[in-house]
Amino acid sequence: MKKFSKQTISGFVNYGIIIVFFLLFQILSATGNLGSSLKGQLIPICSYIIMALSLNLVVGISGELSLGHAGFMSVGAFTGVVVANSLSTAVPNGIVRLFIALFIGAFVAGIAGIIIGIPVLRLRGDYLAIVTLAFGEIIKNVLNCLYVGIDGRGLHFSLKDEQSLHMEPGGRTILSGPMGALGITKLSTFFVGIILILLVLFYIQNFVNSRPGRAIAAIRDNRIAAEACGIPVTKYKLMAFVTSAAMAGSAGALYALNFSTVVPKKFDFNTSILVLVFVVLGGIGNLRGSIIAAAVLTVLPELLREFQDYRMLAYAIVLILVMLVTNNEKAMAFINSKIKSLFKKLRKGEAR
Amino acid sequence: MSNKDIKLVQLPSPNFVPERDVNKPLMLEVSHLGIDFGGLTAVNDFNIGMSPTEISGLIGPNGAGKTTVFNLLTKVYEPTRGTILLDGRDTHGMNTIQVNQAGIARTFQNIRLFDKLTVEDNVKIGLHNSIKYHMPTGVFRLPKYWKEEKKAHDRAMELLSIFDMQGMAKYIAGSLPYGAQRRLEIVRALATEPKLLLLDEPAAGMNPSETSELMENIEKIRDEFQIAILLIEHDMNLVMGVCESIAVLNFGEIIAKGTPSDIQNNPKVIEAYLGKQKEG
Amino acid sequence: MLSYLINGISLGSVYAIIALGYTMVYGIAKMLNFAHGDVIMIGGYMAFCSTSYLGWPAIPSVLFSIIVCTMLGIVIERLAYKPLRDASSLAVLITAIGVSYFLQNAALLIWSSNPKAFPNMVDLPNLVVGDIQISSVAIVTIIACIVIMIALTMFTTKTKLGKAMRAVSEDKGAAQLMGINVNATISMTFAIGSGLAAIAGVLLCSAYPTLMPTTGAMPGIKAFTAAVFGGIGSIPGAMLGGILLGIIEIFAKAYISTQLSDAIVFAVLIIVLIVKPTGLLGKKMAEKV
Repeated sequence: MKKFSKQTISGFVNYGIIIVFFLLFQILSATGNLGSSLKGQLIPICSYIIMALSLNLVVGISGELSLGHAGFMSVGAFTGVVVANSLSTAVPNGIVRLFIALFIGAFVAGIAGIIIGIPVLRLRGDYLAIVTLAFGEIIKNVLNCLYVGIDGRGLHFSLKDEQSLHMEPGGRTILSGPMGALGITKLSTFFVGIILILLVLFYIQNFVNSRPGRAIAAIRDNRIAAEACGIPVTKYKLMAFVTSAAMAGSAGALYALNFSTVVPKKFDFNTSILVLVFVVLGGIGNLRGSIIAAAVLTVLPELLREFQDYRMLAYAIVLILVMLVTNNEKAMAFINSKIKSLFKKLRKGEAR
Repeated sequence: MSNKDIKLVQLPSPNFVPERDVNKPLMLEVSHLGIDFGGLTAVNDFNIGMSPTEISGLIGPNGAGKTTVFNLLTKVYEPTRGTILLDGRDTHGMNTIQVNQAGIARTFQNIRLFDKLTVEDNVKIGLHNSIKYHMPTGVFRLPKYWKEEKKAHDRAMELLSIFDMQGMAKYIAGSLPYGAQRRLEIVRALATEPKLLLLDEPAAGMNPSETSELMENIEKIRDEFQIAILLIEHDMNLVMGVCESIAVLNFGEIIAKGTPSDIQNNPKVIEAYLGKQKEG
Repeated sequence: MLSYLINGISLGSVYAIIALGYTMVYGIAKMLNFAHGDVIMIGGYMAFCSTSYLGWPAIPSVLFSIIVCTMLGIVIERLAYKPLRDASSLAVLITAIGVSYFLQNAALLIWSSNPKAFPNMVDLPNLVVGDIQISSVAIVTIIACIVIMIALTMFTTKTKLGKAMRAVSEDKGAAQLMGINVNATISMTFAIGSGLAAIAGVLLCSAYPTLMPTTGAMPGIKAFTAAVFGGIGSIPGAMLGGILLGIIEIFAKAYISTQLSDAIVFAVLIIVLIVKPTGLLGKKMAEKV
């Protein structure tokens, strides 16, 4: 009898990767070897890793394609900004305020997930994809017209313009439509980002290997058989979708509170696709792959600035090629045999 | 109450074999069941009754509507007409999920396993409604998680042992040989703790020795679990060997009901299978 | 009011032509060709290049654009979709998104993100009825839509190829057994859909004369909405859905909010899918168990 199952060990490896990643960058930055452009990327990397992990919960584990994931990130981001801004006097401690903002951002994004998920999850396949896309666009459109201000009487909302907020003199505007959020106090830290990744990872890994996780995988593999086994299909699909939305919301809040300004346009369809590329390239359903793909593909464009123009083109080709190769049995057999022979060579090398 | 009223009225018994279990209440009572697809009547005036531990067969030529009857019983299709009483409870308004929870489990003609999951997980999914804990218990690995998972594991192994499949527990379901996949589907259905088990061509694709083993196992399952089993099968040796009663379906309607020997000698059945015979 | 209605019908006619491409491909290949909107954009650029750079007159440049897009449609189908005929719908959809992204970014590299002013292809005087002026582009668009609609209906019901298309969309396996070349039929559907996309591209850019690599994306998604609205797989449905959606969009822009008009169009999609997933004229498809 083995003490730990394969999944448990693989889960610990994932935690280990994140912790090593953190320590590595801490050492680099302490010794002054970390470039400033890379340093600025650390928190976005964390949020993209969370985005990729959470999308993988929907695409890989639940087997549904969501094309509006950036919409939830957006909801979390602006909720986080509003919360952090309005609590600036009530909660002076930055870290505490950050955690409150992350939590409420996740919560509101989760509610958005429920509102969207209940109608959407009755649909299947392509329809579900296109409707999530539509919701993502609606969220972007609405946030583009949303004005939020705060004064002595509390928060004010408007969908028209700044004047219609009717604020007392001395009130601050937090969100101003297409201009987004201005003058954000930077609260996010790399450390908190890492903690958040570990929490999300802990959640997903334990979730997958438990009763609800099995139910979701069953629905993905064969919906009709799952129903015949008495599994409430809609409930579990919604559970995965809402959990994923909430995680994306926290990623959004972490992301937004790292910059001084954030505009709604940042979280458009392109961002949803970018996260999808992370998931597809890392391997659908493979959490470790998502982590690595998200980190590498966020850092790489910074290092290869000359090729900036070709970046999106390359992503497109990556999407197509990965799909063509992974769905071709001959190609997969070829790759597997190559990998095996490579391992054999490595082992021989070790023996020598 | 309303059930009692119905029983006061003299109606032809829906039982396959009215003499069997005369004093026991019926566990399944299907009356006047029917469905139309567009203008086409796929099943019409389907009446059967089953006792709590009866093994019955549903036979008939291809396209007679046998699988459609299963789909109606499990509410994959909503019946156009008729009622289904399970232990006296009307399943009207229930969906597939609720019907399973009420006690009907099934297998599929074209096997539907959770292909990417292990054999053990397939069975554990069948146990979904009997071994329960909430999401946070699972995520935070609370003591109840370990307790219930242990229970689920033990139960899954016990169920797999019906077909001596414990050794395959860690295999991926989609990679099993055909016969084993059919057996796993039966185990998974049993895991949902049904009162009635519907088997759709359980012996399809099995060799003769596998089939005879399956026959023994069907009887063993009935005796051990004390459940009723209704099966669709083309293998007449299996049907005649294991079923206590048989209904023959042709063009969506029952043309004969009775014990295996009744059916074997029924001219209507012979006609349905072989066409009209001119000379002996 | 009336001029809004005519604008709506005109915009709707463009959606209808695009939606025809979606509906035909969906009907036959059971896939959402996400890249369809970007073929429109390529069609627009082709017409733009041939008139502005080569100085061709309107009709040859439209023909050129149709030919290029038709070929493009066939190439996309062969390279990206055909190898995935038996793959999961998730894989096909991701590939289609990849193709869409590829076309957009290739166009971005070739023509840059600066909007191009689209030349006036319809050099006709505007129609004046009483005090209402109707633009010639709107009239040409509506006429083009009606002609295409009639031609396509004739094609699918009367010709051998059209009948083969309908047979393949009903049942691929059975069609193959009847001696129909399924792959060729699917390729042809893509070709026709992409040719229509080129026409839609020219008409769209004539009505809204700015051309960018992202020009096709939004109309593409909206036209898909129209196809779903009308009932996916149905040719008259695409027409009806397109025109209704065009009218809804123009009225939403005029009476509710310009910024929120897209949101309103998508809300229509969501409501339709929830209330009647088969669309206005669609037929129900049962899942075989």
